[in-house]
Amino acid sequence: MKALEYPFNSEYILKKSKRLKRELLEESMPRLKKKIAVLGGSTTHDIVRMLELFLLNQGIEPEFYESEYGQYFQEAMFENEELSSFAPDIIFFHTSNRNIAAYPQIEDSKEQVEELLEEQYGHFSCMWDKLRDTYHCPIIQNNFEYPFYRMLGNKDASDIHGRIRFITRLNERFYDYAQNHENFYINDINYMAAAYGLDRWSDPFYWHMYKYCMCMQAIPEFAFNLSNIIKAVFGKNKKALVLDLDNTLWGGVVGDDGAENLEIGQETSLGQVYSEFQGYIKAQKEIGVMLNVSSKNEEENALAGLSHPEGILKPEDFILIKANWEPKSINIDAIASELNILPDSLVFVDDNPAEREIVSVDVPGVAVPDIGRPEQYIHILDRSGFFEVTGLSQDDRKRNEMYKANLLREKQQAGFADYAQYLLSLSMHAVIKAFEPMYMSRIAQLTNKSNQFNLTTKRYTQSEIEQTAASADHIALYGRLEDKFGDNGIVSVVIGRKESRALHIELWIMSCRVLKRDMEYAMMDCLVQECKKEDLHTILGYYYPTAKNQMVKNFYDLQGFSKIEEDSEGNTTWEYKIPENYENKNKVIEVV
Amino acid sequence: MTREEVFKTLSEVFQDVFDDETITVNGTTTSEDIEDWDSLEHINLIAAVEQEFGMKFTMGQVVTMKNVGEMADIIISQI
Repeated sequence: MKALEYPFNSEYILKKSKRLKRELLEESMPRLKKKIAVLGGSTTHDIVRMLELFLLNQGIEPEFYESEYGQYFQEAMFENEELSSFAPDIIFFHTSNRNIAAYPQIEDSKEQVEELLEEQYGHFSCMWDKLRDTYHCPIIQNNFEYPFYRMLGNKDASDIHGRIRFITRLNERFYDYAQNHENFYINDINYMAAAYGLDRWSDPFYWHMYKYCMCMQAIPEFAFNLSNIIKAVFGKNKKALVLDLDNTLWGGVVGDDGAENLEIGQETSLGQVYSEFQGYIKAQKEIGVMLNVSSKNEEENALAGLSHPEGILKPEDFILIKANWEPKSINIDAIASELNILPDSLVFVDDNPAEREIVSVDVPGVAVPDIGRPEQYIHILDRSGFFEVTGLSQDDRKRNEMYKANLLREKQQAGFADYAQYLLSLSMHAVIKAFEPMYMSRIAQLTNKSNQFNLTTKRYTQSEIEQTAASADHIALYGRLEDKFGDNGIVSVVIGRKESRALHIELWIMSCRVLKRDMEYAMMDCLVQECKKEDLHTILGYYYPTAKNQMVKNFYDLQGFSKIEEDSEGNTTWEYKIPENYENKNKVIEVV
Repeated sequence: MTREEVFKTLSEVFQDVFDDETITVNGTTTSEDIEDWDSLEHINLIAAVEQEFGMKFTMGQVVTMKNVGEMADIIISQI
């Protein structure tokens, strides 16, 4: 919904929230249902009201638990039946510097200040430890914004008695905790307050009048920033950029002006702006965002522009470069299908409002930010939070290389008459094993990201994955696949629950980047082996249709299962009796 | 702006905030008359009114306003 995309009009959203919510609920958009507990140290009513809108817009349908006013500590630390029966999927601590119980006094010794710091930190860390143990779910914690006055003036920042210094140190302790604990995320309100303007953000009127720790008008920006963490945790991040070239990545039109006359580099102010922007995009690639181009240009000119000696982005930084005169909507659809991702994982960046309009109408789901003037591009993309980082896995960093290797494979495929022969030529090796500690985060990530090759669309948090791995009632396998073009990383996960000689498959997913490689057969072979070891005779598979998983509707049929049940909604149950002499279905991947 | 015009604009703000196009307010309207108007929604309403008229209520006014008539008086005195 346009009204909720950055940069948005906060006052409009606040005023019209009831109507916006109604309209969002009328959209027929598949949404993940998630339970969010908000434990507040200040009023949370409008925080929740705004957060709900942004989450609905990001594809999450939240159900909220709100603590009693200001009772975050009590509700976290003591027996809380209401919260435990709510069974949160995520817990958010909405605290602020108004919840710091004590600050250093001017006569305090260095040791006393240290002690106080430890005490204030302990007040928070004991809650996190407690709730991690109790609920095994992700926790989001606000850091502290700076106070709105400085008793010691500028010295407040450097003197150990200063509140600014104290808050800075307390925040540091929070960050250390975040670095050392998975599934714990900092909501950086210190940054938000600075970006918004601290004086306006912390207008004491709203605290004394309503016990809001920030001004009313800042709540939408606050809630949007928070919603970005939540949607990222639940796998709703975007995955790829589709960039225009002329006047988007450089100043000028390469076809008319010639590559040598483009504005990029240190010679002009505008050239510097575009250099900074190219540097920003290049850094996105390093965190796993896939870069692509869609430009109305001759390909030769597009490549000449990207090879500009002052340019930071080079042709090899991109996975797909579509430079032609087709409508951009066609190119964007082609990019999505060649990358095996859905259009709603793409962000389209183009300086031309007319192109943006056409794309947003013709390719529903693509994010089409209004990026403003060249010097605003970074700001708007950055604050939109499309690629909010919650954890950086090896796979994220190597994603561009992996997808490029995929395209190489496809090129090779064209040269083989027989598909099996092509698969053999890839020299594929798979590792298929029970879950291992180092992969828990990637496995959880995959369960939240996979939409197409996903039989049950069951989502797991990392702690649920860890619990499943430790459970004696489950068989849980991951598969990673390597071939001569590169390592695809972990690409498939199967989880089955044992029940009286049968295995019920609760999750079977595979990354679309390894479609048609027979990896699903290799997984089946290993699953059968595991079942035999545990003396299980039957495997039961379930398929629950969603808007996105049509491709696996007949998956169990292909695996040799028989359909034993189908309900009116298209949910199907499949049965496989493990034969005495099971013959491996995979013949092209060497499994270790 | 006449008192009548203030009520007309206020009615529009109330309609937006409570998502109900049938609402019209006058001098005697109170929170009793509008179902969703509770103390929490009051905060949002005040913010929307302030934004619409480009003015600010003081803390004392927020607390003591008894009906929309008093709200209109404060608005008129400030714009």
